[in-house]
Amino acid sequence: MKKNALGLALCLGAGLWALACVAQAQTAAQVPTTQPMLYVKSLAATCANCHGTDGRAVEGSQVVSLAGLDKNHLVTQMKAFKAGTRPATVMHQISKGYSDSQIDTIATYFAAQKK
Amino acid sequence: MISTSSPLTQARLQRRTLLQSTAALGLLGLAGCATSSIPTRAKVVVIGGGYGGATAAKYVRMFSDYKIDVVLIEPQDAFMSCPLSNLVLSGGKQLADITVPYTALGRRHGITVVKDTARAIDTQRKTVTLAGGATIGYDKLVVSPGVELMMDGIEGLRAAHASGQILQAWKAGAETVALRRQLVAMPDGGVFAISVPEAPYRCPPGPYERASVVAGYFKAFKPRSKVLILDANPDVTSKGALFKKVWAEQYKGMVEYRGQHKTVAVDAKEGVIKFEIQDDVKAQVLNVLPPMRAGSIAVQAGLNNQGNNRWCGVNFLNFESLVAKDVHVLGDSIQIAPVMPKSGHMANSHGKVAAAAIVAELAGWEINPAPMLTNTCYSFVDNKNVVHVASVHEYVAAEKTFKAVAGAGGLSPAPNELEGVYAFNWASNIWADTLL
Repeated sequence: MKKNALGLALCLGAGLWALACVAQAQTAAQVPTTQPMLYVKSLAATCANCHGTDGRAVEGSQVVSLAGLDKNHLVTQMKAFKAGTRPATVMHQISKGYSDSQIDTIATYFAAQKK
Repeated sequence: MISTSSPLTQARLQRRTLLQSTAALGLLGLAGCATSSIPTRAKVVVIGGGYGGATAAKYVRMFSDYKIDVVLIEPQDAFMSCPLSNLVLSGGKQLADITVPYTALGRRHGITVVKDTARAIDTQRKTVTLAGGATIGYDKLVVSPGVELMMDGIEGLRAAHASGQILQAWKAGAETVALRRQLVAMPDGGVFAISVPEAPYRCPPGPYERASVVAGYFKAFKPRSKVLILDANPDVTSKGALFKKVWAEQYKGMVEYRGQHKTVAVDAKEGVIKFEIQDDVKAQVLNVLPPMRAGSIAVQAGLNNQGNNRWCGVNFLNFESLVAKDVHVLGDSIQIAPVMPKSGHMANSHGKVAAAAIVAELAGWEINPAPMLTNTCYSFVDNKNVVHVASVHEYVAAEKTFKAVAGAGGLSPAPNELEGVYAFNWASNIWADTLL
């Protein structure tokens, strides 16, 4: 009972706080998502499971952040994984699932993201 | 602005202090706080805050530039991860280590998180009714309730489970901790028996990972004890060669695998498992995983139209149910495409494809005709060493399904510590991608 009453009181305060934080998240989306951009974001999101949302891995992650990396670097690494010239635990297997054109799209997207 | 003495600020500060102290425990009892007012309708309503539902909720917000309002219905206070939960059984992790609060979905992404259980879906009127009595209308509904364990599929199991004698611990939470306690209390020289249901079930390699890490615990602390795997399937259903090598070498004489053992009944008092054909097995700790089907709300809504009515058929282009318009089913509840595992990683992938499709449909755009999915599944063989299976899946329009991209994907060559490190990093990143 005590916890419920406390919870109700706390909710009032949380509302304003939530609004402020949402506003912050919303400013992160600078460019409006058009139909072609939605497809690009959807493709790039297949990397986010391991590399973080929009390529920003959690602090201290040993799985690398992709956001803000040089596009050519990203393309070169993916092609090296595909060719087997860069050793890996899993990326040599995952990279082979993407065409060169898809890799170009993904690399362009992550290169444009803020670190 | 608000003066520092205002009750609002005080409440806010108080809440922060509480959040900090409860976050240290990893258990947030206040996640339901966002539910003080439940909207009567929303563009998108999501049932289930697991890897599928929470990801869909977050990505609908992100992909729509935060323009589409989302309500997420979830009965639990916090997310508890099934991946990594076997390490709670081995003593390598605590439940708090695999617990993530729902608060960021509200605070950072503006999702209305309602702490309640969906009781009924009216697919004609497009409403969801909650256990608490509220009704929410939707334009698009996402149903991601995970699996229901079919306790009645095994004689005696429902009562044995209710009494706490035979646990499942297949949904991470208090039961995981309770099973850990049973293992700790078991005398050295005892037997831990795990019964595996016929595929498909949630997390194909999960039972074999569990057997392995429990054997790791026994090897260190109860070396005369044994692990017995009683599998309804003819052979190990995932990473078979890798697991068998571990059992033969690392856990020689400790782990025994028996295929073709379909459990039909249990006797909790005697500690006995009974099979369709073979002799009974007695063990000190029994972990019986019954057959599984789509989460109960999906069944209640009649979405379970495939796989002997256990699973929900979907249009793989947008994960829309084959029987209900504007209802999208994700994760473990669906009838899978070929070689698509029922995994957390895959559910997260489903969530993104569905979110993009929902945003496109609400905007009047064509749905992405070529969606992709990935899966990476790490299994621990002890508290440090890991093996993986990975795959990439592409939508094949001609066959209206996802297929694994030929030449991509594969397995680890052998258990190794480096992938153990990556497995923990995978967890941190996918939890953040799903919930933060």
